[in-house]
Amino acid sequence: MKYLTEFRDGKLASKLAEQIRRSVTRRWTIMEVCGGQTHSLIRHGIDQILAESVELIHGPGCPVCVTPIELIDRALAIAALPEVTLCSFGDMLRVPGSATDLFAVKSRGADVRVVYSPLDALRLAREQPARQVVFFGVGFETTAPANAMAIVQAKRLGLRNFSMLVSHVLVPPAIEAIAASPTNRVQAFLAAGHVCTVMGIEQYLPLAQRYRLPIVIAGFEPLDLLEAIRRAVVQLEAGRAEVENAYARVVEPRGNRTAQAMLAEVFEPTDRTWRGIGMIPQSGWRLRPAYRDFDAEYRFAVGAIRSTESPLCKSGEVLQGLLKPHQCPAFGQQCTPRTPLGATMVSSEGACAAYFNYGRLVQLGTPPATASTAATAATASAATNPRSSEVAKVTGVGR
Amino acid sequence: MSELNWANWTCPLPLRDYPQIVLGHGGGGKLSAELVEHLFLPAFGNDTLARLSDAALLHAPPGRLAMTTDSFVVRPLFFPGGCIGDLAVNGTVNDLAVSGAEPLALSVSFILEEGLPLAQLGQIVQAMAEAARAAGVPIVTGDTKVVERGHGDGCYITTTGLGVVGPGVDLGPDRARPGDAVVLSGSIGDHGVAILSVREGLEFETVITSDTAALNGLTTLMLRACPRIRAMRDPTRGGLAATLNELATRSGVGIVIDEDAVPVDAPVRGACELLGLDPLLVANEGKLVAVVPAADAPGLVAAMRTHPLGERACIIGTVTEQWPGLVVVRTALGGQRVVTLPVGEQLPRIC
Repeated sequence: MKYLTEFRDGKLASKLAEQIRRSVTRRWTIMEVCGGQTHSLIRHGIDQILAESVELIHGPGCPVCVTPIELIDRALAIAALPEVTLCSFGDMLRVPGSATDLFAVKSRGADVRVVYSPLDALRLAREQPARQVVFFGVGFETTAPANAMAIVQAKRLGLRNFSMLVSHVLVPPAIEAIAASPTNRVQAFLAAGHVCTVMGIEQYLPLAQRYRLPIVIAGFEPLDLLEAIRRAVVQLEAGRAEVENAYARVVEPRGNRTAQAMLAEVFEPTDRTWRGIGMIPQSGWRLRPAYRDFDAEYRFAVGAIRSTESPLCKSGEVLQGLLKPHQCPAFGQQCTPRTPLGATMVSSEGACAAYFNYGRLVQLGTPPATASTAATAATASAATNPRSSEVAKVTGVGR
Repeated sequence: MSELNWANWTCPLPLRDYPQIVLGHGGGGKLSAELVEHLFLPAFGNDTLARLSDAALLHAPPGRLAMTTDSFVVRPLFFPGGCIGDLAVNGTVNDLAVSGAEPLALSVSFILEEGLPLAQLGQIVQAMAEAARAAGVPIVTGDTKVVERGHGDGCYITTTGLGVVGPGVDLGPDRARPGDAVVLSGSIGDHGVAILSVREGLEFETVITSDTAALNGLTTLMLRACPRIRAMRDPTRGGLAATLNELATRSGVGIVIDEDAVPVDAPVRGACELLGLDPLLVANEGKLVAVVPAADAPGLVAAMRTHPLGERACIIGTVTEQWPGLVVVRTALGGQRVVTLPVGEQLPRIC
């Protein structure tokens, strides 16, 4: 099948992994920025296969994880209004706000719907003129064009019952914040391919230069990721720091100009608080004043929102690559996918959920007997992570 | 299969006078009786039901009785490959079948919402009748209630099944042993994706149809071919992952499966990728998993492949002492991951 099986070929993957293993003279630390990449790396066990050569740090590129808690609380308050139908992507529904989540609000009678596109929400607004339809517009540059399109169409149609709660975040400022941090351990970045499909790769050139870090544009399939890691490693070994496009089958260097024009028309840059990380200057988009009529923050006066994070949650450090999910004392204890303290445990792209769901073998520190490559990887990982056996004990995995 | 003959009603107050379900259809009066006489009896037609006594009287062959019940609230009521009616019959028949029981009889209980078009109820009942005939299991007793408009989703169905487990058959989810083989009867994910495609109005290039089917024919054949089968399960809600996790937990063993060995049809795989779902967690309604001693597995698979519902049967993994209680998937790339249950429903991803 096109684009599914070709880029998951086990033999080619082994070859690439072998090339990476042979080309390293030391273990390198690479951050994949996007949560979709984290998911794919762990789902296919790539982190284990490469454990001796590369430490993969999971970056802040999960929109569900970094959406500020104030905005989640605002969405919860808006959803509870009787006249409102709140539409959201599925995985936002279980993200905890200060006191509750959208699923719980729905069970108490709020009209909360899962949609697959903001245009579905727009259609709902046209079909139900008596309801106020609010779309929860979160995400990176990837989801922004469709949201911008929905806003432009709503304005063209003169819809008075459609609005959007916008919390867009941008990748380059996040990379810069991590690269500029005095505690930074990341030696190369894998940039998010789909973000670059929209925005192009030019924004990354000054970052690679200024911070002397290779940035490789990566796709999401196992072979895409392995090839991007290989290119990053080659650069690191050669002492180069360049922007490389390892996802050229999808990403044009200039990006999608039509989408960029629409984004510039609808959104303007703004400072944005990233959940668990803090405020990053000019790291988000909000609706321009010309589209304020469609801004749910202005349309619904839900009063002062007071948000409080769980004091136990260390998702901020996880998102910055300072802490592995299972090194958090609450991981698998107070915090599980069933009782998430932070958003990173909720989203299928969140690093904590990914570790909880897929990574438990590594934490167990028991080398699997069935696949020799993974066995070596798991042992290596346990050796470099002195806490792993301790974590296995406290989390009680393997009851 | 005989069609309901809507033209030949003999009743002076035929059902046609009410094109929709009204509250009176569940009131136990004349309207209820008409529903039974003109809809249920002709469709389900069997001697036990026709007596219309308060309880059906059955003759049980020797063995242990097996009993199971399930409620069906699927939305929409009709979907590619089936409807709530055949689902309600097959689901309960399958719960009996994978317990090693020969199904004897079913009961059916309808909760109908005022306003449900009678023609739709007719289609649902017809589908139930056909599914029951195909499975060879009579529907011998039933009940109907009607709730006010807005208090139900058109039609809810509860079916209860009674069966007999013959002497010598002893299956249980706690009986998997290290070294056993795990056998799957066919491709996974079809039902869940079929439902999702109509529920969410998603259009794919090809129509994905539900795999709803009664498995009792296949299980009878399997038990005959391989009496040493230790456990069987039908991976419905929660998919293959839920079933394997339950077997691993209940038996206190680990289960390792090869991702590549699990058949997933291309359209289902594509839809799952698009929506960010894992096919291992998607529901099936006509598939089963069996745990057998490894030596018996090839023979069992060969036997299963002679049955239409087992044509694509295959060995997908093994039971191991390692990782008790865990299900581990070996990926095509040589990595491994643990497959757990989702907390609630799988949620489609943002991007």
